[in-house]
Amino acid sequence: MRMDILKKTLKVVVSISVLIGIWQLAVLSGRYEPSLLPSPAKVLEGMAELIKDGTLFTHFRVSLTRFFIGYLAAIAAGIILGLLLGWNKSVWSFIEPVVQVLRPVSPIAWFPFIVLWFGIGDTPAVVIIFIAGFFPILLSTVSGVGNVDAIYLKVADNFGIRQPQMLFKIILPAAFPLIANGLHLALGSAWVFLVAGEMVGAQSGLGYLIIDARNSLRSDLVLAGIIFIGALGLLLDRLIKLLETGIEKQWGISRRGRN
Amino acid sequence: MYISIEGASREYTFKGKRTVSLEKVNLQIKKGEFICLLGPSGCGKTTLLNLIAGFDRPTSGVVKVNGEIVTKPSVDRITIFQNYGLLPWRSVLRNVELGLESKNIDKKKRQQIAEEYIELVGLSAYKKHHPSQLSGGMQQRVALARALAVDPEILLMDEPLGALDAMTRMSMQDEIERLWQENKKTIIFVTHDIEEAVFLADRIVIMTPSPGKVKSIIEVPLARKRDRTGSDFLKIRDRVFAEFELKPSDMTEYYL
Repeated sequence: MRMDILKKTLKVVVSISVLIGIWQLAVLSGRYEPSLLPSPAKVLEGMAELIKDGTLFTHFRVSLTRFFIGYLAAIAAGIILGLLLGWNKSVWSFIEPVVQVLRPVSPIAWFPFIVLWFGIGDTPAVVIIFIAGFFPILLSTVSGVGNVDAIYLKVADNFGIRQPQMLFKIILPAAFPLIANGLHLALGSAWVFLVAGEMVGAQSGLGYLIIDARNSLRSDLVLAGIIFIGALGLLLDRLIKLLETGIEKQWGISRRGRN
Repeated sequence: MYISIEGASREYTFKGKRTVSLEKVNLQIKKGEFICLLGPSGCGKTTLLNLIAGFDRPTSGVVKVNGEIVTKPSVDRITIFQNYGLLPWRSVLRNVELGLESKNIDKKKRQQIAEEYIELVGLSAYKKHHPSQLSGGMQQRVALARALAVDPEILLMDEPLGALDAMTRMSMQDEIERLWQENKKTIIFVTHDIEEAVFLADRIVIMTPSPGKVKSIIEVPLARKRDRTGSDFLKIRDRVFAEFELKPSDMTEYYL
């Protein structure tokens, strides 16, 4: 077990070191202007600067607040609608075409309307996160409800469990492994669009941090921002992965042969 | 009669083709009786069980329990499935509580009843475990405890031991017989295992396929607990073999 962790850490260190090495070599070759490709050391300095003067944490806080409001709203709406639509197959067959048309549209495409309807400030970014998270959760909930093993319904019926208890006691938990999978997908997509949303509409947050750095021609800060966004996204992803694995374990779904 | 099946048929139409899965079954079952429905796959034994459970309705004929026509499932008739039907997200205790939740019983009392039945099937040490942490035999014990906890009149068992290995199977047969004798339920038990039927049943209903129907009914007048190797046991087993024509009736032919 400890050897495993050691090996994994080694791989991460090696892979990141190689990347930084190539980057440093590219900088040393002198063929790229420092403003187009800042050196690793410069970016590290930029990162330290952002941490020291506290701007990073202000932007982190703002972004995470928006993120969780939008994401939690998407969870609530996606799961509730998904349960109802997954259960009412005939209604879903009417709504599905609309969903399938809207789903591939980038949330950013809605931006003009979002600004007209919700103004500026925090709301546009929250709405974009909501749209990004909503569809994966809705679709995985609908398919989760559709895939509930018929035997659970039979057993519940036999034991006299009626709606709405059936929905909350049987269908929701039975569909939950698939829903958790949707929550994971939604988290990734919502995080991507958080930054995009903040780049077009906001005066604060991690996306704004990057736009602001660009406007002041600080490419080192742009890259520093990118690294922070990646790291925080990774952290969130790991957290939800933990939740997913926990649920799978509890539900007795094993994932042998995968790591 | 307690359970009365009168001319019950079940037909299915699939892509315009009509198949008869059960044809004009007549069967009378007394209260407290242990009945085995025995036959190969496709003989309609599960269909018949589903009709009694109320999961399905006959296309003609009727199924009556206690004089009333069965139209839907009821807590008085609990079905136990081959793959147990346990809820994987619930602990053993919460699984057994499931059937008590639709009755007006407060939480404490519910837990107490559930624990009592978990004790009865000998799983008290595992009440906090989840189904995936238990062996097949243990999972089926949980399903038994869950069924008995709601105190049904009738237990319907659909090849409940079909997924277990031979040794576990036999100890579960002992267990089911013990629970039946202690709780005085009427049990209808679907199986394709001849020895299992002879060991458990008061009467064996022999069914044959295409179309599914009852061929004959064999009484098993052996005292309990039955000895699987006793000569009376083997005699009845041989009779069942003969019913399915699995036993050559006249050996002398081979020597001519």
